[in-house]
Amino acid sequence: MDILVILEGANGAIHRISKEAVAAAQALGKDLNQKVSVLVFGKNSDNLSKEAASFKVDEVLLVEDDNLKSYSADAYAETVKQIVEKESPKFVLTGYSYLVRDFFPKVSARLQKPLITDVTGYKVEGSKTLFTKQVLHGKLTVDIETKVDGPVLVGFQSAAYSLDNLEKGSAKIRTAVVTLYSAQLKTTSEEPFQEESGGVDLTSADKIVSIGRGIGKEENIPMINDLAAALKAEIGASRPIVDSGWLPNSHQVGSSGQSVTPNLYLALGISGAIQHVVGMKGSKNIVAINRDPDAPIFEVADYGVVGDILEIVPKLTEALKNQ
Amino acid sequence: MKIGVLVKQVASGESPLRIDTSGKWVVEESIDFTTNESDSYALEEALQIIERSGGAGEVVVISMGPAERTPKIIREALAKGGHRAIHIQEEAPYETDPFMVASIFAEALKDESFDLILSGLQSDDLGSGQTGVILGELLGMSTATLVMGVELQKGKLRVKRELESGWFQWVTLPFPACITIQSGLNQPRYPSLKGIMGAKKKEIKSIAKSDVKGSGTPMQEFSRMYTHKAEKRTEMIEGSTDQIVDRMIDIFKKNIKVI
Repeated sequence: MDILVILEGANGAIHRISKEAVAAAQALGKDLNQKVSVLVFGKNSDNLSKEAASFKVDEVLLVEDDNLKSYSADAYAETVKQIVEKESPKFVLTGYSYLVRDFFPKVSARLQKPLITDVTGYKVEGSKTLFTKQVLHGKLTVDIETKVDGPVLVGFQSAAYSLDNLEKGSAKIRTAVVTLYSAQLKTTSEEPFQEESGGVDLTSADKIVSIGRGIGKEENIPMINDLAAALKAEIGASRPIVDSGWLPNSHQVGSSGQSVTPNLYLALGISGAIQHVVGMKGSKNIVAINRDPDAPIFEVADYGVVGDILEIVPKLTEALKNQ
Repeated sequence: MKIGVLVKQVASGESPLRIDTSGKWVVEESIDFTTNESDSYALEEALQIIERSGGAGEVVVISMGPAERTPKIIREALAKGGHRAIHIQEEAPYETDPFMVASIFAEALKDESFDLILSGLQSDDLGSGQTGVILGELLGMSTATLVMGVELQKGKLRVKRELESGWFQWVTLPFPACITIQSGLNQPRYPSLKGIMGAKKKEIKSIAKSDVKGSGTPMQEFSRMYTHKAEKRTEMIEGSTDQIVDRMIDIFKKNIKVI
Protein backbone atom coordinates (compact mmCIF):
# COMPACT_ATOMS: atom_id res chain seq x y z
CA MET A 1 0.00 0.00 0.00
CA ASP A 2 1.21 3.52 -0.79
CA ILE A 3 -0.82 6.24 0.92
CA LEU A 4 -3.49 5.52 3.52
CA VAL A 5 -5.90 8.23 4.70
CA ILE A 6 -7.64 7.71 8.05
CA LEU A 7 -11.20 9.01 7.84
CA GLU A 8 -13.26 10.28 10.75
CA GLY A 9 -17.03 10.20 10.93
CA ALA A 10 -18.95 13.20 12.24
CA ASN A 11 -22.75 13.07 12.54
CA GLY A 12 -23.09 10.22 10.07
CA ALA A 13 -20.91 11.74 7.35
CA ILE A 14 -17.18 12.02 6.76
CA HIS A 15 -15.67 14.95 8.66
CA ARG A 16 -14.77 17.92 6.44
CA ILE A 17 -11.17 17.90 7.66
CA SER A 18 -10.84 14.20 6.69
CA LYS A 19 -12.03 15.04 3.17
CA GLU A 20 -9.42 17.80 3.00
CA ALA A 21 -6.83 15.14 3.89
CA VAL A 22 -8.09 13.01 0.98
CA ALA A 23 -7.58 16.01 -1.32
CA ALA A 24 -4.03 16.35 0.07
CA ALA A 25 -3.43 12.62 -0.45
CA GLN A 26 -4.69 12.78 -4.04
CA ALA A 27 -2.22 15.61 -4.75
CA LEU A 28 0.66 13.76 -3.04
CA GLY A 29 -0.28 10.55 -4.85
CA LYS A 30 -0.03 12.30 -8.21
CA ASP A 31 3.34 13.87 -7.39
CA LEU A 32 4.83 10.58 -6.14
CA ASN A 33 2.95 8.33 -8.55
CA GLN A 34 1.43 6.48 -5.60
CA LYS A 35 -2.02 5.03 -4.99
CA VAL A 36 -4.35 6.38 -2.31
CA SER A 37 -6.44 4.14 -0.05
CA VAL A 38 -8.74 5.27 2.72
CA LEU A 39 -9.71 3.65 6.02
CA VAL A 40 -13.19 3.87 7.53
CA PHE A 41 -13.81 2.26 10.90
CA GLY A 42 -16.59 2.12 13.47
CA LYS A 43 -19.84 0.23 13.90
CA ASN A 44 -22.60 0.38 11.28
CA SER A 45 -20.41 2.56 9.06
CA ASP A 46 -22.23 1.83 5.78
CA ASN A 47 -22.94 5.50 5.11
CA LEU A 48 -19.34 6.45 5.75
CA SER A 49 -17.86 3.72 3.57
CA LYS A 50 -20.28 4.56 0.74
CA GLU A 51 -19.32 8.22 0.94
CA ALA A 52 -15.63 7.23 0.99
CA ALA A 53 -16.16 5.06 -2.09
CA SER A 54 -17.34 8.16 -3.98
CA PHE A 55 -13.84 9.65 -3.80
CA LYS A 56 -11.26 9.02 -6.49
CA VAL A 57 -9.18 6.52 -4.51
CA ASP A 58 -7.80 3.05 -5.11
CA GLU A 59 -9.85 1.34 -2.42
CA VAL A 60 -11.79 1.82 0.78
CA LEU A 61 -10.83 -0.33 3.77
CA LEU A 62 -13.71 -0.90 6.15
CA VAL A 63 -13.30 -2.12 9.74
CA GLU A 64 -16.44 -2.87 11.75
CA ASP A 65 -16.10 -3.79 15.42
CA ASP A 66 -18.31 -3.56 18.50
CA ASN A 67 -15.46 -1.92 20.38
CA LEU A 68 -15.55 0.98 17.90
CA LYS A 69 -19.19 1.85 18.58
CA SER A 70 -18.29 4.93 20.61
CA TYR A 71 -15.01 6.83 20.83
CA SER A 72 -12.16 5.17 22.69
CA ALA A 73 -8.63 6.53 22.22
CA ASP A 74 -7.18 3.06 22.80
CA ALA A 75 -9.54 1.27 20.40
CA TYR A 76 -9.07 3.89 17.67
CA ALA A 77 -5.27 3.92 18.05
CA GLU A 78 -5.06 0.13 18.11
CA THR A 79 -7.24 -0.18 15.00
CA VAL A 80 -5.07 2.19 12.99
CA LYS A 81 -1.90 0.56 14.33
CA GLN A 82 -2.99 -2.95 13.31
CA ILE A 83 -4.14 -1.85 9.85
CA VAL A 84 -0.86 0.01 9.25
CA GLU A 85 1.15 -3.05 10.34
CA LYS A 86 -0.86 -5.30 8.03
CA GLU A 87 -0.96 -3.02 4.98
CA SER A 88 2.47 -1.32 5.30
CA PRO A 89 1.61 2.05 3.72
CA LYS A 90 4.40 4.54 3.09
CA PHE A 91 2.34 7.47 4.38
CA VAL A 92 -0.57 7.56 6.81
CA LEU A 93 -2.42 10.84 6.44
CA THR A 94 -5.33 12.28 8.37
CA GLY A 95 -7.12 15.56 9.02
CA TYR A 96 -5.90 16.76 12.41
CA SER A 97 -9.24 17.33 14.12
CA TYR A 98 -9.68 17.64 17.89
CA LEU A 99 -10.68 13.97 18.01
CA VAL A 100 -7.75 12.74 15.92
CA ARG A 101 -5.37 14.79 18.12
CA ASP A 102 -6.46 12.56 21.00
CA PHE A 103 -5.51 9.18 19.53
CA PHE A 104 -3.10 9.70 16.62
CA PRO A 105 0.00 10.34 18.81
CA LYS A 106 -0.76 6.96 20.42
CA VAL A 107 -0.40 5.36 16.99
CA SER A 108 2.99 7.06 16.64
CA ALA A 109 4.03 5.74 20.07
CA ARG A 110 2.82 2.20 19.38
CA LEU A 111 4.39 1.95 15.93
CA GLN A 112 7.47 3.99 16.92
CA LYS A 113 7.08 5.96 13.71
CA PRO A 114 7.24 9.75 13.30
CA LEU A 115 4.10 11.88 13.40
CA ILE A 116 4.15 15.40 11.98
CA THR A 117 1.17 17.49 13.04
CA ASP A 118 -0.75 20.56 11.88
CA VAL A 119 0.86 20.22 8.47
CA THR A 120 -0.02 22.84 5.87
CA GLY A 121 1.68 21.31 2.82
CA TYR A 122 4.42 19.09 1.46
CA LYS A 123 7.41 19.35 -0.86
CA VAL A 124 8.86 16.56 -2.96
CA GLU A 125 12.61 17.05 -3.36
CA GLY A 126 14.36 14.16 -5.12
CA SER A 127 13.66 11.03 -3.11
CA LYS A 128 12.59 13.02 -0.05
CA THR A 129 9.11 14.23 0.87
CA LEU A 130 9.24 17.12 3.34
CA PHE A 131 6.23 18.29 5.33
CA THR A 132 5.65 21.94 6.12
CA LYS A 133 4.21 23.43 9.29
CA GLN A 134 4.12 26.73 11.14
CA VAL A 135 6.07 27.21 14.36
CA LEU A 136 6.73 29.95 16.95
CA HIS A 137 3.23 31.43 17.19
CA GLY A 138 2.75 31.02 13.44
CA LYS A 139 5.49 33.53 12.65
CA LEU A 140 7.88 31.10 10.98
CA THR A 141 7.62 27.96 8.88
CA VAL A 142 9.68 24.77 8.93
CA ASP A 143 10.11 21.97 6.44
CA ILE A 144 10.38 18.72 8.35
CA GLU A 145 12.31 15.74 7.09
CA THR A 146 11.89 12.19 8.36
CA LYS A 147 14.68 9.72 9.05
CA VAL A 148 13.00 6.32 9.00
CA ASP A 149 11.90 3.63 6.64
CA GLY A 150 8.26 2.77 6.70
CA PRO A 151 5.23 4.82 7.44
CA VAL A 152 5.37 8.53 8.11
CA LEU A 153 2.27 9.75 9.97
CA VAL A 154 0.92 13.17 9.02
CA GLY A 155 -1.93 15.24 10.49
CA PHE A 156 -3.08 18.04 8.20
CA GLN A 157 -4.12 21.39 9.64
CA SER A 158 -7.75 22.30 9.08
CA ALA A 159 -8.27 24.19 5.79
CA ALA A 160 -4.74 23.40 4.56
CA TYR A 161 -6.29 21.81 1.46
CA SER A 162 -9.46 22.92 -0.25
CA LEU A 163 -12.43 20.61 -0.74
CA ASP A 164 -12.73 22.15 -4.23
CA ASN A 165 -9.79 19.94 -5.19
CA LEU A 166 -11.30 16.69 -3.88
CA GLU A 167 -11.62 14.41 -6.91
CA LYS A 168 -14.65 12.15 -7.18
CA GLY A 169 -14.62 8.59 -8.46
CA SER A 170 -15.86 5.15 -7.63
CA ALA A 171 -13.78 2.89 -5.40
CA LYS A 172 -14.28 -0.67 -4.26
CA ILE A 173 -14.77 -1.43 -0.56
CA ARG A 174 -12.65 -4.09 1.14
CA THR A 175 -13.46 -5.38 4.61
CA ALA A 176 -10.56 -5.64 7.04
CA VAL A 177 -10.41 -7.10 10.52
CA VAL A 178 -8.65 -6.02 13.69
CA THR A 179 -8.40 -7.73 17.07
CA LEU A 180 -9.44 -5.53 19.96
CA TYR A 181 -9.60 -6.81 23.53
CA SER A 182 -11.94 -4.75 25.67
CA ALA A 183 -9.58 -5.16 28.65
CA GLN A 184 -6.95 -3.14 26.76
CA LEU A 185 -9.31 -0.24 26.19
CA LYS A 186 -8.74 2.02 29.16
CA THR A 187 -10.94 4.99 28.37
CA THR A 188 -14.68 5.23 27.81
CA SER A 189 -16.49 8.20 26.37
CA GLU A 190 -19.95 9.73 26.58
CA GLU A 191 -21.99 11.28 23.76
CA PRO A 192 -20.58 14.59 22.46
CA PHE A 193 -22.66 17.63 23.41
CA GLN A 194 -22.79 21.29 22.46
CA GLU A 195 -22.46 23.96 25.08
CA GLU A 196 -24.05 27.39 25.08
CA SER A 197 -25.42 27.42 21.55
CA GLY A 198 -27.79 30.28 22.37
CA GLY A 199 -25.06 32.91 22.04
CA VAL A 200 -24.05 35.06 19.13
CA ASP A 201 -24.31 33.66 15.61
CA LEU A 202 -21.32 35.14 13.82
CA THR A 203 -21.60 32.81 10.84
CA SER A 204 -24.20 34.98 9.12
CA ALA A 205 -22.74 38.37 10.17
CA ASP A 206 -21.92 40.88 7.42
CA LYS A 207 -19.42 42.81 9.55
CA ILE A 208 -17.36 41.58 12.48
CA VAL A 209 -15.11 43.59 14.77
CA SER A 210 -12.87 41.00 16.41
CA ILE A 211 -10.52 41.51 19.32
CA GLY A 212 -7.43 39.71 20.58
CA ARG A 213 -4.84 39.95 23.30
CA GLY A 214 -3.68 43.34 22.01
CA ILE A 215 -6.75 44.94 23.56
CA GLY A 216 -4.69 44.83 26.76
CA LYS A 217 -7.33 44.77 29.48
CA GLU A 218 -11.01 44.15 30.08
CA GLU A 219 -11.62 47.86 30.72
CA ASN A 220 -11.01 48.51 27.01
CA ILE A 221 -13.96 46.37 25.88
CA PRO A 222 -16.54 49.25 26.02
CA MET A 223 -14.45 51.09 23.44
CA ILE A 224 -14.89 48.10 21.13
CA ASN A 225 -18.64 48.00 21.82
CA ASP A 226 -18.83 51.62 20.68
CA LEU A 227 -16.93 50.88 17.49
CA ALA A 228 -19.09 47.83 16.74
CA ALA A 229 -22.25 49.90 17.30
CA ALA A 230 -21.02 52.66 15.00
CA LEU A 231 -20.15 50.11 12.32
CA LYS A 232 -23.29 48.00 12.97
CA ALA A 233 -21.00 44.99 13.39
CA GLU A 234 -21.04 41.88 15.55
CA ILE A 235 -18.17 41.32 18.00
CA GLY A 236 -15.81 38.38 17.65
CA ALA A 237 -12.76 37.40 19.68
CA SER A 238 -9.70 35.20 19.65
CA ARG A 239 -9.25 32.51 22.24
CA PRO A 240 -7.27 34.43 24.92
CA ILE A 241 -10.13 36.96 25.30
CA VAL A 242 -12.62 34.16 25.96
CA ASP A 243 -10.17 32.29 28.21
CA SER A 244 -9.79 35.44 30.32
CA GLY A 245 -13.57 35.61 30.69
CA TRP A 246 -13.82 39.05 29.03
CA LEU A 247 -16.37 37.81 26.49
CA PRO A 248 -18.58 34.68 26.47
CA ASN A 249 -17.46 31.60 24.50
CA SER A 250 -20.02 32.23 21.79
CA HIS A 251 -17.93 35.16 20.51
CA GLN A 252 -14.92 32.99 19.76
CA VAL A 253 -13.72 32.73 16.17
CA GLY A 254 -11.38 29.92 15.14
CA SER A 255 -11.02 26.16 15.27
CA SER A 256 -12.54 25.95 18.78
CA GLY A 257 -15.21 28.52 17.95
CA GLN A 258 -17.10 29.67 14.90
CA SER A 259 -15.93 29.81 11.29
CA VAL A 260 -16.96 33.12 9.76
CA THR A 261 -17.10 34.64 6.27
CA PRO A 262 -18.28 38.26 6.70
CA ASN A 263 -17.87 41.00 4.14
CA LEU A 264 -15.64 42.87 6.62
CA TYR A 265 -13.50 41.28 9.33
CA LEU A 266 -11.77 43.97 11.37
CA ALA A 267 -9.09 42.24 13.46
CA LEU A 268 -7.93 44.36 16.40
CA GLY A 269 -4.87 43.25 18.35
CA ILE A 270 -5.17 39.69 17.01
CA SER A 271 -1.76 38.13 16.30
CA GLY A 272 -3.16 35.58 13.84
CA ALA A 273 -2.34 32.18 15.31
CA ILE A 274 -3.33 29.50 12.83
CA GLN A 275 -6.13 28.24 15.13
CA HIS A 276 -7.75 31.68 14.75
CA VAL A 277 -6.94 32.18 11.08
CA VAL A 278 -8.65 28.94 9.96
CA GLY A 279 -11.90 30.39 11.32
CA MET A 280 -11.75 33.75 9.54
CA LYS A 281 -9.57 33.54 6.45
CA GLY A 282 -12.66 33.03 4.29
CA SER A 283 -13.77 36.61 5.10
CA LYS A 284 -14.17 38.71 1.96
CA ASN A 285 -12.22 41.67 3.32
CA ILE A 286 -9.82 41.50 6.24
CA VAL A 287 -8.53 44.67 7.87
CA ALA A 288 -5.99 44.18 10.66
CA ILE A 289 -4.56 46.56 13.23
CA ASN A 290 -1.68 45.30 15.33
CA ARG A 291 1.36 46.95 16.88
CA ASP A 292 3.63 44.01 15.95
CA PRO A 293 4.65 44.40 12.28
CA ASP A 294 5.58 40.70 12.20
CA ALA A 295 2.16 39.51 13.42
CA PRO A 296 1.02 36.68 11.10
CA ILE A 297 -2.45 38.28 10.82
CA PHE A 298 -0.96 40.64 8.20
CA GLU A 299 -0.33 37.66 5.93
CA VAL A 300 -4.04 37.10 5.46
CA ALA A 301 -5.09 40.76 5.68
CA ASP A 302 -6.17 42.83 2.67
CA TYR A 303 -5.44 46.05 4.58
CA GLY A 304 -3.04 46.39 7.48
CA VAL A 305 -2.19 49.05 10.05
CA VAL A 306 0.84 48.78 12.31
CA GLY A 307 -0.33 50.84 15.25
CA ASP A 308 -1.96 51.13 18.64
CA ILE A 309 -5.63 50.11 18.63
CA LEU A 310 -6.28 52.15 21.76
CA GLU A 311 -5.32 55.28 19.85
CA ILE A 312 -6.98 54.44 16.53
CA VAL A 313 -10.27 52.88 17.66
CA PRO A 314 -11.82 55.94 19.43
CA LYS A 315 -11.02 58.18 16.46
CA LEU A 316 -12.33 55.60 14.02
CA THR A 317 -15.58 55.36 16.01
CA GLU A 318 -15.96 59.16 15.94
CA ALA A 319 -15.32 59.26 12.20
CA LEU A 320 -17.91 56.51 11.61
CA LYS A 321 -20.50 58.40 13.64
CA ASN A 322 -19.94 61.44 11.43
CA GLN A 323 -20.62 59.56 8.22
CA MET B 1 -2.02 11.95 44.87
CA LYS B 2 1.33 12.44 43.21
CA ILE B 3 1.12 14.73 40.20
CA GLY B 4 3.81 15.64 37.67
CA VAL B 5 3.36 18.79 35.58
CA LEU B 6 5.36 19.39 32.41
CA VAL B 7 6.12 23.07 31.80
CA LYS B 8 8.07 24.46 28.88
CA GLN B 9 9.77 27.76 28.36
CA VAL B 10 8.88 29.27 24.99
CA ALA B 11 9.40 32.52 23.11
CA SER B 12 6.61 34.96 23.98
CA GLY B 13 4.22 35.92 21.20
CA GLU B 14 5.66 39.38 20.74
CA SER B 15 9.33 38.41 20.72
CA PRO B 16 11.21 39.54 17.62
CA LEU B 17 12.32 36.44 15.73
CA ARG B 18 15.40 36.18 13.54
CA ILE B 19 16.55 32.92 11.98
CA ASP B 20 20.06 31.93 13.13
CA THR B 21 23.02 30.83 11.02
CA SER B 22 22.03 27.15 11.21
CA GLY B 23 18.85 28.08 9.31
CA LYS B 24 16.93 25.76 11.62
CA TRP B 25 16.25 27.83 14.74
CA VAL B 26 16.08 31.46 15.89
CA VAL B 27 18.57 33.83 17.50
CA GLU B 28 17.71 33.61 21.18
CA GLU B 29 19.41 36.76 22.52
CA SER B 30 16.53 39.08 21.64
CA ILE B 31 13.79 36.69 22.74
CA ASP B 32 11.64 37.17 25.81
CA PHE B 33 11.06 33.65 27.19
CA THR B 34 7.96 32.78 29.16
CA THR B 35 5.99 29.76 30.39
CA ASN B 36 4.03 28.08 27.60
CA GLU B 37 0.45 29.30 27.95
CA SER B 38 -1.44 26.00 28.25
CA ASP B 39 1.24 24.70 30.67
CA SER B 40 0.28 27.51 33.08
CA TYR B 41 -3.28 26.20 33.06
CA ALA B 42 -1.98 22.64 33.58
CA LEU B 43 0.02 23.74 36.65
CA GLU B 44 -3.00 25.56 38.08
CA GLU B 45 -5.19 22.49 37.57
CA ALA B 46 -2.62 20.29 39.34
CA LEU B 47 -2.52 22.68 42.31
CA GLN B 48 -6.34 22.76 42.45
CA ILE B 49 -6.62 18.95 42.27
CA ILE B 50 -4.37 18.70 45.34
CA GLU B 51 -6.40 21.41 47.11
CA ARG B 52 -9.68 19.68 46.23
CA SER B 53 -8.43 16.40 47.66
CA GLY B 54 -7.68 18.01 51.00
CA GLY B 55 -4.11 19.09 50.38
CA ALA B 56 -2.61 15.63 50.55
CA GLY B 57 -0.15 14.95 47.79
CA GLU B 58 2.61 16.47 45.80
CA VAL B 59 3.00 18.53 42.63
CA VAL B 60 6.34 17.96 40.90
CA VAL B 61 7.29 20.55 38.27
CA ILE B 62 9.19 19.07 35.32
CA SER B 63 10.92 21.02 32.57
CA MET B 64 13.48 20.40 29.85
CA GLY B 65 15.62 23.27 28.60
CA PRO B 66 18.96 25.05 28.86
CA ALA B 67 20.54 25.67 32.27
CA GLU B 68 20.78 29.44 31.73
CA ARG B 69 17.10 30.28 31.40
CA THR B 70 14.85 27.33 32.33
CA PRO B 71 15.23 27.69 36.14
CA LYS B 72 13.32 31.00 35.90
CA ILE B 73 10.04 29.32 34.96
CA ILE B 74 10.69 26.41 37.30
CA ARG B 75 11.08 28.85 40.25
CA GLU B 76 7.91 30.61 39.17
CA ALA B 77 5.99 27.30 39.19
CA LEU B 78 7.42 26.46 42.62
CA ALA B 79 6.44 29.92 43.85
CA LYS B 80 2.86 29.24 42.79
CA GLY B 81 2.80 26.08 44.88
CA GLY B 82 4.75 23.27 43.20
CA HIS B 83 6.50 21.16 45.85
CA ARG B 84 9.72 20.26 44.05
CA ALA B 85 11.12 20.18 40.53
CA ILE B 86 13.05 18.09 38.04
CA HIS B 87 15.06 19.98 35.43
CA ILE B 88 16.38 18.04 32.44
CA GLN B 89 19.20 20.22 31.18
CA GLU B 90 19.50 20.45 27.44
CA GLU B 91 21.87 22.54 25.36
CA ALA B 92 21.24 23.81 21.83
CA PRO B 93 20.50 22.46 19.28
CA TYR B 94 17.31 21.40 21.05
CA GLU B 95 15.42 18.19 20.43
CA THR B 96 12.53 18.84 18.04
CA ASP B 97 11.31 15.25 17.56
CA PRO B 98 8.30 14.87 19.88
CA PHE B 99 8.83 11.11 20.19
CA MET B 100 12.40 11.69 21.39
CA VAL B 101 11.28 14.39 23.82
CA ALA B 102 8.63 12.06 25.25
CA SER B 103 11.15 9.19 25.47
CA ILE B 104 13.56 11.36 27.45
CA PHE B 105 10.79 12.38 29.87
CA ALA B 106 9.64 8.75 30.15
CA GLU B 107 13.15 7.58 31.00
CA ALA B 108 13.74 10.38 33.51
CA LEU B 109 10.34 10.02 35.21
CA LYS B 110 9.67 6.28 35.21
CA ASP B 111 10.79 5.78 38.82
CA GLU B 112 8.58 8.61 40.10
CA SER B 113 5.42 6.50 39.60
CA PHE B 114 3.09 9.47 39.19
CA ASP B 115 -0.65 8.94 39.60
CA LEU B 116 -1.24 11.77 37.19
CA ILE B 117 0.84 13.75 34.72
CA LEU B 118 -0.47 17.04 33.34
CA SER B 119 0.88 19.20 30.55
CA GLY B 120 -0.40 21.86 28.20
CA LEU B 121 -1.94 20.49 25.02
CA GLN B 122 0.85 21.87 22.86
CA SER B 123 3.81 24.20 23.01
CA ASP B 124 3.54 27.64 21.44
CA ASP B 125 6.95 27.19 19.80
CA LEU B 126 7.00 23.74 18.13
CA GLY B 127 3.31 22.99 18.47
CA SER B 128 3.58 19.22 18.02
CA GLY B 129 0.84 18.48 20.54
CA GLN B 130 2.12 14.93 21.00
CA THR B 131 4.56 14.86 23.90
CA GLY B 132 1.97 14.31 26.65
CA VAL B 133 0.18 11.50 24.83
CA ILE B 134 3.34 9.66 23.80
CA LEU B 135 4.76 10.03 27.33
CA GLY B 136 1.56 8.51 28.72
CA GLU B 137 1.81 5.61 26.26
CA LEU B 138 5.47 4.96 27.08
CA LEU B 139 4.70 4.92 30.82
CA GLY B 140 1.62 2.70 30.37
CA MET B 141 -0.81 5.40 31.51
CA SER B 142 -4.26 6.19 30.15
CA THR B 143 -4.42 9.45 28.20
CA ALA B 144 -6.78 12.25 27.24
CA THR B 145 -6.15 15.55 25.47
CA LEU B 146 -7.65 19.05 25.14
CA VAL B 147 -9.06 18.77 28.65
CA MET B 148 -11.39 21.59 29.74
CA GLY B 149 -12.60 20.09 33.03
CA VAL B 150 -11.40 17.50 35.54
CA GLU B 151 -13.54 15.51 37.99
CA LEU B 152 -11.92 13.17 40.47
CA GLN B 153 -13.90 10.00 41.05
CA LYS B 154 -13.07 6.94 43.09
CA GLY B 155 -10.03 5.38 41.43
CA LYS B 156 -10.65 7.18 38.17
CA LEU B 157 -10.83 10.50 36.43
CA ARG B 158 -13.67 12.01 34.37
CA VAL B 159 -12.49 14.74 32.01
CA LYS B 160 -14.29 17.08 29.64
CA ARG B 161 -12.59 17.08 26.24
CA GLU B 162 -12.97 19.93 23.81
CA LEU B 163 -14.06 19.13 20.26
CA GLU B 164 -14.47 21.71 17.50
CA SER B 165 -17.00 24.53 17.29
CA GLY B 166 -18.30 24.52 20.86
CA TRP B 167 -18.73 20.72 21.16
CA PHE B 168 -17.41 18.71 24.10
CA GLN B 169 -17.22 15.09 25.23
CA TRP B 170 -16.78 13.54 28.67
CA VAL B 171 -14.20 10.76 28.88
CA THR B 172 -13.53 8.52 31.86
CA LEU B 173 -10.07 7.08 32.38
CA PRO B 174 -8.33 5.06 35.09
CA PHE B 175 -5.21 6.05 37.03
CA PRO B 176 -2.38 6.39 36.33
CA ALA B 177 -3.32 8.95 33.72
CA CYS B 178 -1.54 11.49 31.57
CA ILE B 179 -3.74 14.33 30.34
CA THR B 180 -3.08 17.46 28.31
CA ILE B 181 -4.82 20.67 29.27
CA GLN B 182 -6.47 23.22 27.00
CA SER B 183 -6.11 26.92 27.86
CA GLY B 184 -9.06 28.49 29.65
CA LEU B 185 -10.24 25.78 32.05
CA ASN B 186 -9.24 27.75 35.16
CA GLN B 187 -7.69 31.06 36.23
CA PRO B 188 -3.96 30.57 36.78
CA ARG B 189 -2.87 32.14 40.08
CA TYR B 190 -0.07 34.62 40.59
CA PRO B 191 2.74 33.69 42.95
CA SER B 192 2.45 35.28 46.39
CA LEU B 193 5.40 37.01 48.05
CA LYS B 194 5.49 34.18 50.57
CA GLY B 195 5.45 31.70 47.71
CA ILE B 196 8.35 33.45 45.99
CA MET B 197 10.42 33.41 49.19
CA GLY B 198 9.51 29.77 49.89
CA ALA B 199 10.40 28.66 46.35
CA LYS B 200 14.05 29.48 46.96
CA LYS B 201 14.29 26.63 49.44
CA LYS B 202 12.52 24.04 47.31
CA GLU B 203 14.47 21.22 45.67
CA ILE B 204 15.30 21.34 41.96
CA LYS B 205 16.87 18.10 40.81
CA SER B 206 18.98 18.67 37.71
CA ILE B 207 19.68 15.89 35.25
CA ALA B 208 21.71 16.21 32.04
CA LYS B 209 19.76 15.14 28.98
CA SER B 210 22.82 13.27 27.74
CA ASP B 211 22.65 11.09 30.87
CA VAL B 212 19.00 10.22 30.27
CA LYS B 213 18.92 9.63 26.57
CA GLY B 214 18.78 5.85 26.57
CA SER B 215 18.05 4.55 23.13
CA GLY B 216 16.87 5.71 19.77
CA THR B 217 17.68 8.46 17.34
CA PRO B 218 15.42 11.26 16.12
CA MET B 219 12.88 10.15 13.52
CA GLN B 220 12.17 13.67 12.32
CA GLU B 221 14.06 16.95 12.24
CA PHE B 222 13.84 20.46 10.88
CA SER B 223 15.35 20.64 7.43
CA ARG B 224 15.06 24.43 7.23
CA MET B 225 13.23 27.32 8.84
CA TYR B 226 12.02 30.38 6.94
CA THR B 227 9.56 33.26 6.86
CA HIS B 228 6.48 32.32 4.91
CA LYS B 229 5.15 34.37 2.09
CA ALA B 230 1.98 36.34 2.61
CA GLU B 231 -1.12 34.69 1.17
CA LYS B 232 -2.41 38.02 -0.05
CA ARG B 233 -1.05 41.36 -1.12
CA THR B 234 -1.70 43.57 1.85
CA GLU B 235 -2.09 47.32 1.49
CA MET B 236 -0.35 48.78 4.53
CA ILE B 237 -1.97 52.00 5.74
CA GLU B 238 0.56 54.44 7.15
CA GLY B 239 0.68 57.97 8.49
CA SER B 240 -0.64 59.84 11.51
CA THR B 241 -3.61 58.41 13.42
CA ASP B 242 -5.92 60.90 11.64
CA GLN B 243 -4.55 59.92 8.23
CA ILE B 244 -4.96 56.23 9.07
CA VAL B 245 -8.56 56.77 10.17
CA ASP B 246 -9.36 58.80 7.01
CA ARG B 247 -7.95 56.07 4.81
CA MET B 248 -9.86 53.36 6.69
CA ILE B 249 -13.15 55.25 6.26
CA ASP B 250 -12.31 55.63 2.60
CA ILE B 251 -11.70 51.87 2.26
CA PHE B 252 -14.89 51.02 4.19
CA LYS B 253 -16.83 53.26 1.80
CA LYS B 254 -15.29 52.74 -1.61
CA ASN B 255 -13.50 49.39 -1.56
CA ILE B 256 -15.45 47.22 0.87
CA LYS B 257 -18.70 49.24 0.69
CA VAL B 258 -19.80 48.53 4.26
CA ILE B 259 -20.74 52.12 5.15
